[in-house]
Amino acid sequence: MSAADLVPTIGLEVHLHLATRTKLFCGCKVQYDVRPNSSVCPVCLGMPGVLPVMNAKAVELAVRMALALGCTIPDLAKWDRKHYYYPDLPKNYQISEYDQPLGVGGHLDVETSTGAVRVGITRVHLEEDAGKLMHDEHGGNFSVVDLNRTGTPLLEIVSEPDIHSAEEARAYAEALRQLVVYLGVGDCHLQLGQMRCEPNVSLRIGTGPDGKPRYTPISELKNLNSFRSVERAVAFEIARHRQEYLADPAAYTLENLGKETRGWNDDEGASFLQRSKEEAHDYRYCPDPDLVPFVPDRKWVDQMRATLPELPAQRVARYVAMGLSGEIARELAAENLIGQYYDDLTRAVPRLKSSGDWVSKRGNKVCHDWILQHVRRILNEQKTDMGTFRSVVPAERLAELIQLVEEGRINRNTGVEVFNEMFAANKPALKIVEERGLVQVADTGAIEAFVDQALAANARTVEDYKSGKKAAFGRLMGEAMKASGGKANPQLVKEILLKKLGG
Amino acid sequence: MAITDLTAREMRDALRRREFSASEAAEASLAAIARLEPQVKAFLSLDGDGARRRAAEIDKRLAAGDSVGLLAGVPVAVKDNMCTADGQPTTCASRILQGWKAPYNAHVVERLAAEGAVIVGKTNLDEFAMGSSTENSAYGATRNPWALDRVPGGSSGGSAAAVAARMVPLALGSDTGGSIRQPAALCGVVGMKPTYGRVSRYGLVAFASSLDQIGPFGRTVADAALLLQAVAGEDTRDSTCVSDKDRPVPDYLASLEEPVRPLRIGLPKEFFGKGLDPGVEKVVRDALAVYERLGAKLAEVSLPHSTEYAIATYYIVATSEASSNLARYDGVHYGYRSPDHSDMIDMYMRSRAGGFGDEVKRRIMLGTYALSAGYYDAYYKKALQVRRLIRRDFEEAFKTVDCIMGPTSPTAAFRMGEKTADPLAMYLSDVFTVSCNLAAIAGLSVPCGFTGDGLPVGLQVLSDVFTEDRLLRIARMYEREVQWAARRPPVCEAAS
Repeated sequence: MSAADLVPTIGLEVHLHLATRTKLFCGCKVQYDVRPNSSVCPVCLGMPGVLPVMNAKAVELAVRMALALGCTIPDLAKWDRKHYYYPDLPKNYQISEYDQPLGVGGHLDVETSTGAVRVGITRVHLEEDAGKLMHDEHGGNFSVVDLNRTGTPLLEIVSEPDIHSAEEARAYAEALRQLVVYLGVGDCHLQLGQMRCEPNVSLRIGTGPDGKPRYTPISELKNLNSFRSVERAVAFEIARHRQEYLADPAAYTLENLGKETRGWNDDEGASFLQRSKEEAHDYRYCPDPDLVPFVPDRKWVDQMRATLPELPAQRVARYVAMGLSGEIARELAAENLIGQYYDDLTRAVPRLKSSGDWVSKRGNKVCHDWILQHVRRILNEQKTDMGTFRSVVPAERLAELIQLVEEGRINRNTGVEVFNEMFAANKPALKIVEERGLVQVADTGAIEAFVDQALAANARTVEDYKSGKKAAFGRLMGEAMKASGGKANPQLVKEILLKKLGG
Repeated sequence: MAITDLTAREMRDALRRREFSASEAAEASLAAIARLEPQVKAFLSLDGDGARRRAAEIDKRLAAGDSVGLLAGVPVAVKDNMCTADGQPTTCASRILQGWKAPYNAHVVERLAAEGAVIVGKTNLDEFAMGSSTENSAYGATRNPWALDRVPGGSSGGSAAAVAARMVPLALGSDTGGSIRQPAALCGVVGMKPTYGRVSRYGLVAFASSLDQIGPFGRTVADAALLLQAVAGEDTRDSTCVSDKDRPVPDYLASLEEPVRPLRIGLPKEFFGKGLDPGVEKVVRDALAVYERLGAKLAEVSLPHSTEYAIATYYIVATSEASSNLARYDGVHYGYRSPDHSDMIDMYMRSRAGGFGDEVKRRIMLGTYALSAGYYDAYYKKALQVRRLIRRDFEEAFKTVDCIMGPTSPTAAFRMGEKTADPLAMYLSDVFTVSCNLAAIAGLSVPCGFTGDGLPVGLQVLSDVFTEDRLLRIARMYEREVQWAARRPPVCEAAS
């Protein structure tokens, strides 16, 4: 067996917070930025005598996610208790789903630099998050616990071991995040712990004498706080497994060593052992008698499936069919709201009155140019999101601006200035143009006057041009535009200037 | 007649007629408790001030002619495994919850307050409701008012004894495998375990969640009906509690005096087999003869799984759930924490070792074992399968009979300490009661006479799910024919 025959075999367990207003079993708000232990009640504190009540919205979001991943929704899902002792888990058991999850057998198609990969989804299930334990922050020999996060609805998505490289692992995690955000199922801010990826890494070592594939031990990687760390940690682990295996091929196998849990130190770029097979818990799963099993109404499931929004891959395909390049299609579809805005804009533009043939000739292109250049720039510059932007500059308003530019009533540069002000001042384009008197001058007589003014005031530059310095033309152009207060149609200025200089 | 000799219903009606005040009723109850408590030891905490305050409020409402609830001014005791946010502790008779004050009220406690009941205190129990004698209390055993050297039964022994000794006319208990019915039988009072889901468990500290159910104690069937009426019904905080839409709560008192005719009574031969005390059997057979005289048809029915496997099934299901439910008592967030420990795991171990009593530890270990990897299928899963067979036994039986009768307990009250050294003998006290919880049906114990030693005996009546109204009527038919409820336990005679 050579190193080249070792095939990385990776599955991902992803946990993500569902975008519910309240926790999974009580009415406490899900909040991230509040005083420790301020968003808690007897139920999420696990006080004696309390009972959980399932959050219907969480179940709905979980089912929606499972359906978007093409999962089957079984006729019955039940809730189980997973027991382990830790101070961030007040009941000392976590309510989860063990052997009958609410979604099974789906897939996610993932784009990578080497092509598309289909990753199988083993299961999707709902469970509660634990609190947070903080050690030694107070200098004393004790730890403190914050239970605000306790009981936050958590969706666990387990993939099949269909991932074969670090890049694929990252791409899968990113595609999953995109889908979750698209569906409004979760916000997935990794730094807030709203999405946690745990790759299970192993290498296939070919087949054993029984014909079944053999593997190196499985490493479950934890504390990965970014997609970059997912990629780095998986790459590190693949290399480490390779090294360990080649050093002792007989010993370094799954049969011998089983599964271990490893942490990731991002600063050192290395994984470290947290728990070996011998220390594995017996979670003593049992059905939770306080909750009734989830028996979904088939009509409701069908309706949920029918009302799924357009998913990223479907949207990319539609844009490509509209004639957009794959790259632009993916950029537009990257975020649900950007895609939606593009769709709104391409619907708004043809509805404009007297829109001329530019709409049919280059309408779609103009729309995505504006979005990918200027809208995205504003989002970055103003550190805002598409939702906010859209509420200030709805697609209909941007369509009006586009019309002003495309029909030559203002020039392109003025258009950009107007656009900036539309967002800053929350005003329609036409109002800004009127208030500032920015309507483009296309009257040749007036433009001739601006050009004459520029030529008269810059005799040296005219000389330079005539003596062959072509760059001087740009300066004269600029002077003529300046004379017009930026309102002259640049094409006409250019034509008239050329005529006068050449004439 | 002393106020404390009145039944709850008589007291409630007298209060409405303003024959005496709620404050007088509270004082009478508190005085009886003060007089008898040193011998009976039914209470873990008393709230005299709170009771007086609540009684005064009821008096004000009565004086103003305001509407008052079903139980306005009636003193009630609550088993100390139900949360009260009144500043009194909720201990479950465990050291691990010593002094713990619940920050919220159990649903039933809210219901009692809404119906104007005056809670006077919290009653003793076997620690976390695990036991059949109330001897497993970290705060001392309760005595049987009929014989102070004997147990009151358990686990709701404090509630049963408090009602039997006429300290309060009503008390709430909880029944996981007979913990209301068995002490009711041993103390000569009426006790009912309603259908699983009839009464919200919110705020009842869980022992075995799929079996636990809160129910009433009273000296008469009507009083039990009255208290059930007050606490039954929907509560969205308990997912296993039925909705009023699906299962409306009937007016239990309205139909109580209507006999059930024709009445077909099933007698499982398994309930009259070995282990049944002959004195108890005789009293129970006499009671059955009363029903026959009233025109009831007695027929033998078979519940093949319900005695032979019931105890084994029960002790797997109940201990498994208990091991899970009691995991939260770890010394971290509330309750007892061992003062000396070297690290976190050590703190867990010492806190639990020092906080729980032997019987609780025994059940946690049994349950932990039953749920462990490799044993789950053989124990817990198998137990759930047998549980379904037990349920089916009853479904079959209820196709041909209206109710099932037998002794509530195989013996009358036993001597204190008699069974403490032998857990299995103690577990067999529940042999006739556990199948009712496993089948989730309704069950009741009604006093049916006394043994030659003067110890009370209970007749257990079981009926199908959500037929509490009929169950109460069946018990009432018998009660009208006998005078057992009029007898006063010796401890009351001696005192008055």
